[in-house]
Amino acid sequence: MSDELLDLAQSVVDRAQPGEGLEVYVARGTETEVSAYEGEVESLTQADSSGVGIRVVVGEADGAGSQVGFAWAGSLDPDVIAATLADARDNARFATPDPDVVLAVPDGVEAVELDQWDDGVGSTPMEKKIAMAIELERATRAADPRVRQVSSADYSDSRAEVALASTTGISSWRRRTSASLSVDAIVGEGAETQTGGGFSVGRGPSELVPDEAMDDAVLRATRLLGAQKARSAHCTVVFDPRVVSTLLGIIASALSGEAVVKGRSFFAGRIGETIATGGITLVDDPTDARAYGAASHDGEGLACRRNVLIADGVLRMFVYDTVSARRAGAVSTGSAVRGGFAGTPGAGCRALVLSPGTKGHDEILASVGDGLFVQSISGIHSGVNTVSGDFSVGAEGLLIEGGVLAQPVREVTVASTLQRMLQSVVEIGGDLRWLPGAAAGQTLAIADMALSGD
Amino acid sequence: MRSVPRGGRGLGWIGRHGDYDTAVTDTALIDPDVLERVLSTALVGGGDMAEVFAEDAVTSSAMLDDRRVEQLSSGRSRGAGIRVVDGETTGFAHTADLSEAGLLAAARAAAAVARQGGNGVRTVALEPGTSHGRGDRTAPDSVDKARKLELLTRADEAARATGDAITQVQVGVGDGRRRILIANSDGLLAQDEQIRTRFNVTCVANGDTGMQTGYESLARTEGFEVFERYGVEDIARVAGTRALAKLSARPAPSGEVPIVLAGGSGGILFHEACGHGLEADHIVKDASVYTGQVGQLVASPLVTLVDDGTVLGEWGNFAVDDEGCAPARNVLIENGVLTDYMWDWLRARKEGRKSSGNGRRQSYQHLPMVRMTNTYLLAGAEDPEEIVAQTPTGVYVKKLGGGQVNTATGDFVFGTTEAYLIEDGRITEPLRDANLIGNGPEVLRRIDAVATDFDMTPGTCGKAGQSVPVGCGQATLRITGVTLGGTA
Repeated sequence: MSDELLDLAQSVVDRAQPGEGLEVYVARGTETEVSAYEGEVESLTQADSSGVGIRVVVGEADGAGSQVGFAWAGSLDPDVIAATLADARDNARFATPDPDVVLAVPDGVEAVELDQWDDGVGSTPMEKKIAMAIELERATRAADPRVRQVSSADYSDSRAEVALASTTGISSWRRRTSASLSVDAIVGEGAETQTGGGFSVGRGPSELVPDEAMDDAVLRATRLLGAQKARSAHCTVVFDPRVVSTLLGIIASALSGEAVVKGRSFFAGRIGETIATGGITLVDDPTDARAYGAASHDGEGLACRRNVLIADGVLRMFVYDTVSARRAGAVSTGSAVRGGFAGTPGAGCRALVLSPGTKGHDEILASVGDGLFVQSISGIHSGVNTVSGDFSVGAEGLLIEGGVLAQPVREVTVASTLQRMLQSVVEIGGDLRWLPGAAAGQTLAIADMALSGD
Repeated sequence: MRSVPRGGRGLGWIGRHGDYDTAVTDTALIDPDVLERVLSTALVGGGDMAEVFAEDAVTSSAMLDDRRVEQLSSGRSRGAGIRVVDGETTGFAHTADLSEAGLLAAARAAAAVARQGGNGVRTVALEPGTSHGRGDRTAPDSVDKARKLELLTRADEAARATGDAITQVQVGVGDGRRRILIANSDGLLAQDEQIRTRFNVTCVANGDTGMQTGYESLARTEGFEVFERYGVEDIARVAGTRALAKLSARPAPSGEVPIVLAGGSGGILFHEACGHGLEADHIVKDASVYTGQVGQLVASPLVTLVDDGTVLGEWGNFAVDDEGCAPARNVLIENGVLTDYMWDWLRARKEGRKSSGNGRRQSYQHLPMVRMTNTYLLAGAEDPEEIVAQTPTGVYVKKLGGGQVNTATGDFVFGTTEAYLIEDGRITEPLRDANLIGNGPEVLRRIDAVATDFDMTPGTCGKAGQSVPVGCGQATLRITGVTLGGTA
């Protein structure tokens, strides 16, 4: 399987003209999605997809500068690939010559071997996958008399294979499967309605825990019943692990070397400075097989590696792809990420982990005493600016009174700046959860945030 | 559901509603005989309806960043999605192989959900198709790439000229041509060609208090000719000025405050406060606060809200939706009273009515669902300046960013990207970015003034993992109280 796709990528690389750099990314995959509603299959989607992304580099980076052009296509048809290569070549002519535009070159770092493939995705009969979705919907409806509606209950899985080859000697291949169950519950009492969502993810269907998805959805919805607005105040906010995973993903965009070299990160020029509370150690480690974003190779085919970004509150490094590293006078940290065959590489994190503390969720609430527990946030796109650091999001959760959860609250915002939040971490939970996305999460308490309500 | 507006400035209101010219330029994506055989095959195991949605899309984009044209990108995507509906169940499969063999294989996969048993061969006969497309639009691939790049450079220079504190400018231009064909077992055959063009500028300004950003964009369902009417320098200057203004911004207040939204500031308020909640897929599942509210007063009598895919050139405009249905001007709320929801084929069928032309999908790889097109509040009678003058204290929002809503509870957020304090009826100090949070039905009832200065802005609407282009519009209006999520 690996040979076939990698051979295809290499065969396109072999068409490079003299003096031309070529990087060819080919991907192929299958997806299944089952949605259940009222005991029936609402929709069943089955699909294969494939595509190619080609970068062409012309000119001498060390001379007058080089130019890069990109093109992609949602097909591996030979004629389409040929046309895509021609598009990329033509596009390269128009780029501004740039001394930092080069393709990745193998750097000798050995890639870890990760087994991210579960044959169960392919071998599990469709009837079984359908049954999982239908049972999840049924069980969620039955879980609590206050459940009024299950607006979605889905099973989905995918198999994906990626090969990357270049004229600079890059040759990598990786594959992975994933499966997930997710459910959204609507609960009500009287005229009031609240919602909650839950999920379970794994490499294959056998790793999924339907009760985990159901319990999370029902708990998150029911504990908000009776929610009211809260009084505006400054208080300590305790974030749920799922929210913390999102927050780390936001911080990561300011740790991207690309943002730094282009003057779009508030971390620029602060290496070696204390930018977070002591005890904050943030690592991006895609070589850890437990991480959802684990990967053997990055988006340019270099080995992924463990990068310590913040150590005990001190900013240690940024993550780089090849071009941003060259601009910064650094070397790639194996951190190129790309959005599939239609995307070009950029610098980013895949598997962030904040070193866990020792306290659990309840102990953290007890030590905080009074404040706000936030189980979900909204408006991240509109309310968080990773250039200025301004942070303002909608929040749902419960007040913390006397060290325990009390009155549920809704229609409030929590606000601060990312810079201040990093300096105001008062508790880091030991309850680390490996979550889908680019970061794990645990309970985290941040002091002195502005709660805006009435 | 969230929306990330493409920013947008006073782009002008074209206000032409009407039919497209019928000027078919290309041959059909799939031969009608093949379509008939594929549809028959899709129904071989039973089912109420089968549909082929074929798409041939090309996109191109170019980015100037840090004074360099970094990279031109071209993309092509071609394929078909086949849907079989059997009772309440939908089977869907898609393929990039538009040959008859490829389509038949996808048809069989989509048909696997049908359980009623085949009633023998069902013959599908397609009606003579309708075909759309506008001959007066410049096809993106007919424009010299150098001309597009020249726009980038001009915008970069104009943005930097707005002030020495502008330290970084990113300019993007993109366009796309999307040919679609929809055929279904009811005999429908429709085609459309959609050409869209966008241009956006992001500036970073650096001052004593740190960095601030300013964003502005233009996005139209038009070709390259759009730049004959809109100056890229103007877009750049708005972005630059916006970033510079925020350098002296103070933290936004927190708590409930009166809000004046400027005309064309984003219109995202209605998109989130009620637009998503009026999509019939949420309604039929009782997952919207607006379920069962038709005929009820759900907003201030000043609110008349329309969703209208026919507005020529706007970002959410098309000649047929992604189920082959013509768009329409649908009045959703009239003088505060809820009049109707938005419908696609599937949800309309459940209610025994016709689609309202709101069935849309991101690409052939996605199932259609109910989506907004161009959603706007009709203008009122008041003078915008007078509304500000009659607001003793509050916040004036000149530009909104994106938003997000929970349709089941009606709680929604939307963010400011340019806002000022109102003190003694005057617009005073700039404020840092913050989110506003409210409950749809509550906020809509608190609208107590609507002005005449209507304007539209483009945005990208995300729902269930699918993004589609939409327009939003509104005139200057006042909300008596919304919670602003500042820190002060």
